[in-house]
Amino acid sequence: MSEHRIELTVNGRKHAATVEARTSLGEFLREDLGYTGTHLACEHGVCGACTVTVDGRAMRSCLMLAVQAEGAEVITIEGLAEQDGTMSKVQQAMRDNYGLQCGFCTPGILMTFTAITAGDAKPSEQDMEAAMSGHICRCTGYQGIRRAIRQIVANGAGESA
Amino acid sequence: MNMPAFRAQQIIGKRMPRKEDGRLLTGNGQFVDDVRLPGMLHVAYVRSTVARGVITGIDMDAALEVPGVHAIYTQDDFSAVPLTLLNFFLTPIDSPVTLLANGRVACVGDPIAMVIAESRAIAEDAAALVEVSIDEEDPVITLADARGGPLVHPERAENIAQEMGDEDVDEGVQEALEKAAHVITRTIRHQRIAQSTMEARGCVASPSGAEEMTIYISCQSPHMVARYVSMAMNMPQEAIRVIAKDVGGAFGLKNIPWREEIAVIVAAKLFGRPLKWVEDRFEALTASSHAREQEITLTVGFDAEGRLLAGHSDYHSNNGAWPMGEDCNIAVHMFMWPAYKMPAYSFHTRGWYTNTMGLGGYRGPWAMESLIREVVLDAAAREIGIDPIEIRRRNLIRLSDQPMTSTLGIQVDDITPAECLDKLVAHLDVPKFRKEQAEARKQGRYLGIGFATYIEPTGSAGSMAPMTGELAQIRIEPTGKVTASLSTHSQGHGTATTMAQVIADRLGVPYEDVSVFEGDSTIGGFAPGAAGSRQGIIGGGACWKTAELLSDKVKRAAAHLYNANVDAISIVDGIIHIEGAPEMSRPLREVAEIAYGEPHRLPPGLDAGLEAQYRYQPPPMTMTSAAHSCIVEVDAETGFVKILRWVSAEDCGTVINPGVVEGQIAGGLAQAIGQVLLEEMPYDARGNPLAATFKDYLMPTISDVPDFEYLHANTPSQTVGGMRGVGEGGAIIGPPTIVNAIADALAPFGEIGLTLPLTPSRILDVIEGRDISGHTTHQETPTEAPAAAPVSPEAPAAPAGEAKIDGAWDIVMSTPMGPQQMTAHFRTDGDNLSGELVSPEGSQGFTGKVEGNRLKFDLAVEKPMKITLKYDITIEGDALTGKAKMGMFGSAKLKGERVG
Repeated sequence: MSEHRIELTVNGRKHAATVEARTSLGEFLREDLGYTGTHLACEHGVCGACTVTVDGRAMRSCLMLAVQAEGAEVITIEGLAEQDGTMSKVQQAMRDNYGLQCGFCTPGILMTFTAITAGDAKPSEQDMEAAMSGHICRCTGYQGIRRAIRQIVANGAGESA
Repeated sequence: MNMPAFRAQQIIGKRMPRKEDGRLLTGNGQFVDDVRLPGMLHVAYVRSTVARGVITGIDMDAALEVPGVHAIYTQDDFSAVPLTLLNFFLTPIDSPVTLLANGRVACVGDPIAMVIAESRAIAEDAAALVEVSIDEEDPVITLADARGGPLVHPERAENIAQEMGDEDVDEGVQEALEKAAHVITRTIRHQRIAQSTMEARGCVASPSGAEEMTIYISCQSPHMVARYVSMAMNMPQEAIRVIAKDVGGAFGLKNIPWREEIAVIVAAKLFGRPLKWVEDRFEALTASSHAREQEITLTVGFDAEGRLLAGHSDYHSNNGAWPMGEDCNIAVHMFMWPAYKMPAYSFHTRGWYTNTMGLGGYRGPWAMESLIREVVLDAAAREIGIDPIEIRRRNLIRLSDQPMTSTLGIQVDDITPAECLDKLVAHLDVPKFRKEQAEARKQGRYLGIGFATYIEPTGSAGSMAPMTGELAQIRIEPTGKVTASLSTHSQGHGTATTMAQVIADRLGVPYEDVSVFEGDSTIGGFAPGAAGSRQGIIGGGACWKTAELLSDKVKRAAAHLYNANVDAISIVDGIIHIEGAPEMSRPLREVAEIAYGEPHRLPPGLDAGLEAQYRYQPPPMTMTSAAHSCIVEVDAETGFVKILRWVSAEDCGTVINPGVVEGQIAGGLAQAIGQVLLEEMPYDARGNPLAATFKDYLMPTISDVPDFEYLHANTPSQTVGGMRGVGEGGAIIGPPTIVNAIADALAPFGEIGLTLPLTPSRILDVIEGRDISGHTTHQETPTEAPAAAPVSPEAPAAPAGEAKIDGAWDIVMSTPMGPQQMTAHFRTDGDNLSGELVSPEGSQGFTGKVEGNRLKFDLAVEKPMKITLKYDITIEGDALTGKAKMGMFGSAKLKGERVG
């Protein structure tokens, strides 16, 4: 197995590591860096649970190799809340609306919502539902997630995510 | 300043923010794969790619040379460890199930060898290098194969895993059907489901020497796992600690630990280091216990007005090779009719072994009863020409009709499906919909409305070994804050939230001040966790009662300390108030500090501290009722079904948290939508599972699920707190609701086929009147016609010569809850027989008759229900065979040998 040295930023912190070429970004984040909030649920890019943001874009960390994240800025679920623990709008919307039950698929959903509402983006309810269609949740029947989407849209997505 | 409100604040019934969400929304949950221990190694399994055959060789040489590989185990290594695999009822499995394949493989995915390595990646590399040679045999895949094909387990006499009821329709039922004005028969083929928890199975087993073991496992109750492992491995339970902080969904799959998890525990004991196994999605889809795959044919007779006269059903379950329990799903028949005025019902029910992955329980395992019954009712309404609401109203048992007992002995006292239906119909404007439907049809648009009503047994306790009460241990800490150690467990249910609501409400403290601890077998006491919609009822009742006990203690202490009458004390929002003396209000903390630090100041007879515990044992069974309706539009061009509206009117008694209750209903309904429209785990003719990824196995997404509307009825049950349980309902009532809506939409084209899932091509079969799906013509042999002759369960005729009967005999009876052991003592006196039957339940005497070597006697039993067992036993030499007839439930087989 070939090994490669990479440097990247995760949740604002710089990391340098040597990784096998075949190691996925998700596995690297969990096993090497200890960001276990990223969950691997299908490892073939369908369920969306492992989604993180890479340079601001939502990426399935099971389909991206760690070596491809060389020089990138990665945000995981651990990087969403403020330092003082205040939850982001997206996190709070999910909490306010019973958007989760077991919480296993939730990290990926939060990261997708964070990515598409970042900056000046003002996604519509339909845009957000379309983005959500790339995520599978087995517990909630999507009812709370849909209410969270409506809250995020109604409160004006964007500004600081 | 306003006077403080001494009225207790209502926390039960409020949508409180979930306690679990703080950690789960910030990446701080602890799922099993998040556990890493010093020295921990990783496990990967070598699995069979062949459905049936004999293993002729396992070559591990190349795999063992991979750097980082520590060991490779096969069944030969495990067979030295004493082990008995158990079913959910905690009785030994009656099929020869071993942890790894024992010389034969019986399904694709059967684990053959276990690789232990430095990392999961290395373990998988090595597993791919293990070469297994198998002499492949033709597999038994479908129910039709099972009836006529070779034996799945060669040491068994037949492919029937379990059978109850009678092949012949009951005479009374037959007579009623012959006289009926209308007779409706429907067959439903339910596809195989992959349970698809988002977190797959996983286990970390960490031995501490030979005598202690810590197990982290994705499960439904750490207590159940500890009890199971203790019994299966014959280890003292106190030597086993099981931890399951967060679990990513379970649905029945994780009721009990199964082959792969137990193999990890056994291997950790053998190898002496912590081992981790986390299933990948390919394994989860193809090699974790599947669900459903059933066929049922129900025939029902109605009078001219659509009133039920009689019914008979024939049920088959494709249990696979290694089901979590031999099962013919007797619950399907027990819960088919108790909500309806059904005068006569008989059934024949069978579970079959095949060379497919074994089945496990899945949210509402008996749900087939509601599906077939409600579909038949709608079909009958169409044939008789009455409204689907009306046919239910004529047959449902109303509150005013109760108590009533079904023909299978299920008593109902306070069910409300008819009242839920009234509520539902009042909320919907059905005439308006019918107008829209008629208009739409003129434009070539096909709208349909479906109804279903049902009841569900919940909160079971006391009739089966694992179904117990729940324990709550609650402390008011010296800080005045409250901690609770509970026997409950959440796999997303939010029990830390709902139980905290009950405690806060009944104790009179702020919700924020209550912390709930669960998910560890050393915390709280035994309970089976989330199994059978029980925790809200029983755990809720335990918290309710314990909080009141603790509240009483606080009041007694406060009355003494503040020189007041006990009746004048109230606790509101964590403050102790004395009626008529608002200036005397004190924080709970003050009494707590005294109770722990200066207990001598407490009144005589009150112990130090503020702690209470109570194990709540509810009535044996509680019932939840509901009526649902959904409206669909079927696209006649594409066959796609769009769900436009879905309304649930449910009665789950006292609602602790509507957000949690609605979440349970919605989750179950999404699974129901998946079952009816999308999900399927098919097998090819060689036994290969054909859905190996989430691209093949279609899970419902947000675009498949509409907004659900909820109407809560809230008739309190007879339990402490009045809860009724709501965990499984959506998955039970959902399927018939949507099937009926589709059938209504397509009524202009005729009756729909009932092979699930109702894919667009199967829908087009109906619309276009031809076989587009390729499935309509390719159907299983009709279930009514018995195919290959089953082995006759009849006792053989008495041979000549005198048999020696007197003495002691060890007997095993095969029952729906697993094999039951007993010892019989027979004494003969001419043609008269007397004796005792000794079982773990106790000893019971009997008298009966002897005819040659045949013994006949009756025995009345109380558990699991009141029933008279009619024994018919034949003795040949030192061997005994026969059956015990269990009334409507058919016969249980007996086998035994002389022991004295």
